Amino acid sequence: MEIIDTHDVLVIGGGAAGLRAAIAAVELAEEKGETLSVGLISKVYPVRSHTVSAEGGASAVLRDYDTYESHAFDTIKGSDYLADQDVVDFFVHDAPKEISQLEQWGCPWSRDEKGEVAVRAFGGMSVKRTVYAADKTGFYMLHSMFERSLKHENIVRYDEWYVSKVLVEDGRAVGVVAMNQRDGKEIAFKGKAVILCTGGAGRMFKFTTNGKIKTGDGMSLALRAGASLKDMEFVQFHPTGLVRTGILITEGARGEGGYLYNKEGERFLENYYPKMMELAPRDLISRAITAEIEAGRGVETPYGPCVNLDITHLGEKLIDERLPLVREISMDYQAVDPVKEPIPVRPVMHYFMGGIHTNVKTETTIQGLYASGETACVGMHGANRLGSNSLSECLVFGRVSGEEAAKFAMASSKVEFDNESLKEETQRLDKLRKSTGKETVVDLLNALHDVMEEAAGIIRDEQRLKDGLVHIKTLQDRYENIGLKDHGKVFNSELISALELGHMLELAECLLTAAIERKESRGSHVRTDYEVRDDEQFLHHIMITKGENRLNLNKMPVMITQWQPKERKY
Amino acid sequence: MSEDFKYTFRIKRYNPEEKGLKQAPHYVDYEVEGDADMTLLDGLNKVQSDDPTLAFRWSCRMGICGSDGMLVNGQPVLACSVFCKDVAKKKQGRLEIEVDPMRNMPILKDLITDIDDPMDKMRAVAPYLDRMDKDGPEDGPGKQSKKQLERIKKTSQCVKCMLCYSACPVYGQDKDFVGPAASALAYRYTADSRDDQGGGRVDKVIGKEDSVWGCSFVGECSVACPKRVDPAQAVQRLKVMGALRLVTKPISDMIKKRKKK
Repeated sequence: MEIIDTHDVLVIGGGAAGLRAAIAAVELAEEKGETLSVGLISKVYPVRSHTVSAEGGASAVLRDYDTYESHAFDTIKGSDYLADQDVVDFFVHDAPKEISQLEQWGCPWSRDEKGEVAVRAFGGMSVKRTVYAADKTGFYMLHSMFERSLKHENIVRYDEWYVSKVLVEDGRAVGVVAMNQRDGKEIAFKGKAVILCTGGAGRMFKFTTNGKIKTGDGMSLALRAGASLKDMEFVQFHPTGLVRTGILITEGARGEGGYLYNKEGERFLENYYPKMMELAPRDLISRAITAEIEAGRGVETPYGPCVNLDITHLGEKLIDERLPLVREISMDYQAVDPVKEPIPVRPVMHYFMGGIHTNVKTETTIQGLYASGETACVGMHGANRLGSNSLSECLVFGRVSGEEAAKFAMASSKVEFDNESLKEETQRLDKLRKSTGKETVVDLLNALHDVMEEAAGIIRDEQRLKDGLVHIKTLQDRYENIGLKDHGKVFNSELISALELGHMLELAECLLTAAIERKESRGSHVRTDYEVRDDEQFLHHIMITKGENRLNLNKMPVMITQWQPKERKY
Repeated sequence: MSEDFKYTFRIKRYNPEEKGLKQAPHYVDYEVEGDADMTLLDGLNKVQSDDPTLAFRWSCRMGICGSDGMLVNGQPVLACSVFCKDVAKKKQGRLEIEVDPMRNMPILKDLITDIDDPMDKMRAVAPYLDRMDKDGPEDGPGKQSKKQLERIKKTSQCVKCMLCYSACPVYGQDKDFVGPAASALAYRYTADSRDDQGGGRVDKVIGKEDSVWGCSFVGECSVACPKRVDPAQAVQRLKVMGALRLVTKPISDMIKKRKKK
C-alpha cells in the first residue's frame, strides 16, 4: 500500500468540528513558530458536511443580563443531570470567544437594531442566548470556516476520500487507511495525531433529519481501534420534522414565538409544561407530541398523524428576515406557506448525544487519537442536548482537539506501520468490493431502519429493545453474506454504502445494548417499564468497548461539581 | 396517498472502467414509479436501488449542501429541489426526464463531475476577512448594521454547487477564467463592512488577466443559480470597484508614501 507521510495531524471529517480543528492546529503551530501540516480527509467536500443543515443557532453568553452559571445550569438540567459539570463549565466559558472568532473570520451573524450580534430564545435556555445567522446558521458557519481554511496552505485537503481504518500501534494512533473514491485506491496516511470529526449516526433511522452521510463512521472506527464509546443509548428526537420527509424545521421557529397545536386546536403543551410551553427541551416536547398523537389528538395527513406548528402570527417580514429557510423548505417540500398556514410536523430522529468517549481535552482512550463534534461524547449533553449547544460544541471542542493534537504532534515523532495490518485492510476492502453473496445493501439497510424504528424510538421497553438486539445480530450475520453489483473502483457508491452499513450495524448493537442496561427513564431515554429516573442506580455513563465477539460494558461516574441532581420541572 | 406517476428516466451513463464502445457516454432508460411528491433525487435513488452501479452525489436532500447539481431536460437544478412532475416532459405518451451531468467539467462517472477546478478558484480570491487591527476573540464580536449585512446577503447564499460554472459560456471556453461563484465570493468579502483589506482584495481579484474582466455578461450563471446569488451582478459590481480602484489606488499609494516620509 502506498504511504503518504507528509502530514503531522490528520483530521477526519470536514464539518464544523473538523474545520475548526484543522485551523486551530495550524494556527497554534504558527504561534509557536513551528510549521505543522494538517491532512484534512473527508468523504465529501467539506461544504457538503451535515453542519450545513444546522439551522437555529449557536449558544453563548454574550449579553449583560446573562451569566455563565445560568448557561451551565440550563445545560445540566436539560441533560437530566447526566452532563459532566466540569466539561459544561469549560464549554460555557469558551463559547463566547468562539462566536467572536467566527465574527472575525466573516461569519454573517444576524444583527439587532444596534448592530450587535443578535440572540434568540431556544428550548431549555432560560434567557435569550442563541446567536444565529437567519435560520441557516450551520450553513454560514461551515462556509465561513471552509473559506478561512483556504488561507492556510498547510491544510491539505483530501476531498471525497473514505477513511476505512484507524491504525493503532502499541496503544497509539499512528495514521489511517483511506480510499480515494475517484480511483478506488487505498493509501495509508501516517500522522503523529488523528482527530475524528465524522458526525453522528442518524442514518440508522429511516425518519431522520440527517443527511445521507451521517453513518457514524468515526464512532465505529474508534470502537474497532479499541477506544470507548459513551452514552450511546441517548438519541435525540427533534420535535419538529416535516411530516413527509423528516426535514428539519428549526427550533428557532418556536424560539421566535411559534405555537404547537393539536387536532382540537389546543396549545396542548399547557397540559405538560405550562411554564416553558413551546420552549421546553426537545426530549419533553417530542414526548408530549407522541402522547397527543397516541391519544388520538394528532392531525391526520396522508403521511400519518402529526401536530401543527403555527408561525403565521409572526408575520411575513419577520419570517423572511429570521426564518427564510423554514419558509423555503415548507413551500418546496411540503407545499405549505407558513406565512399563511401551519406547518405539519412530527418528532424525528436528530442527534446522537453519545459517541466516542473523550475527556475535556478531547483525548480518547487511545494515545494520539482525539475526537470532537457529534461523533464525540465529551460529556456535555448527558441524556438530552439543548438546542444550539451543539454548534457551539463543534467550535469549542473542535478548537481544543486541533490544539491538543497539534501539541501532541509537535512533541512526538511518527511510528512505523505494521505492514501486516495494511495488507489485511486491503484484503478486507477487496473482498467486499468483489463480494457476490446474496444479501444486498438496500435490503439490509431497510431492515435496519425497521428494527430501529420499532425498538429504539422515543418510547422504549425491555421486550422491544431485546427483540431489536436479536434482529440486529441476525442482520450482522446476513451482512457477512453481502454481495455487490458494482465491482468497480471509480466512485463505487455501493461499496461506500456497504462500509457505512457495517458501521451502523455495529453502532445499532451498542445503542440497544446500552439502552437495555439503563433500566430507568432519563432525558431522551424513556422506558415504559422503568418510568422514573433512578439516580441511585444509574447516575453514571455507560461505557462500551469491543471485546472478542461481544461488547464490554462499564460504568463511569458523572462529574458533579456544584449542582446536585433534582427533579426536572419546566 | 396521492395518485401514481410513471416516468422514464433517461440517464447519461459513463464509466471510465468500461472497455471499448461501452465506455462512451450514452443514455440508459429506467422506468420509475412514484407519487406526486417524488423529487428528482427520490427518483434517482429508486433507480440506484435497482442498479447500484449508478453514481451521483447527494446528502442533505434539502437544497443546502449543494451536492446534487445536474441538468434535467437541459435545465440546471439541484436534484433534491425539484419534483419529477414539474420537470417531466411528455414524449410519445410517456413522461420523460432526461438527466445529464453538469457541463464544462470532466465527467468522472455517470452524473459525477470533477469540480476541483472551480473549488480551487475559491482560494484564489482570498475569501476571508483579514483583520489588520488583530482584535483577539476576547474582545467580543464587533458590530455590523442590518443595512451593511444586507449588502452581502445575496452573495453569501452560495452553496458552491458549481451549476454556475456548468452554465458559464466563458468558463466553457477558457478554464483560466475565475468564473461566477468565485467572483461572487470575492464580492461578498470585499463588500463586507468588517473587512479591512481596503482595496487589497480588489487588486488581487481584478488585477489579473483571467479575472472578472473576462465575463461577457451573458448572465447564464444567475439564471442557473438555485440560490439566487446572482453572480453576474456581483461580477459587474467588482468591475466597477476595479475601475474606481484604477483611479484611487495611485492616489492612496501616493498619500501612503508621503506619510512614510
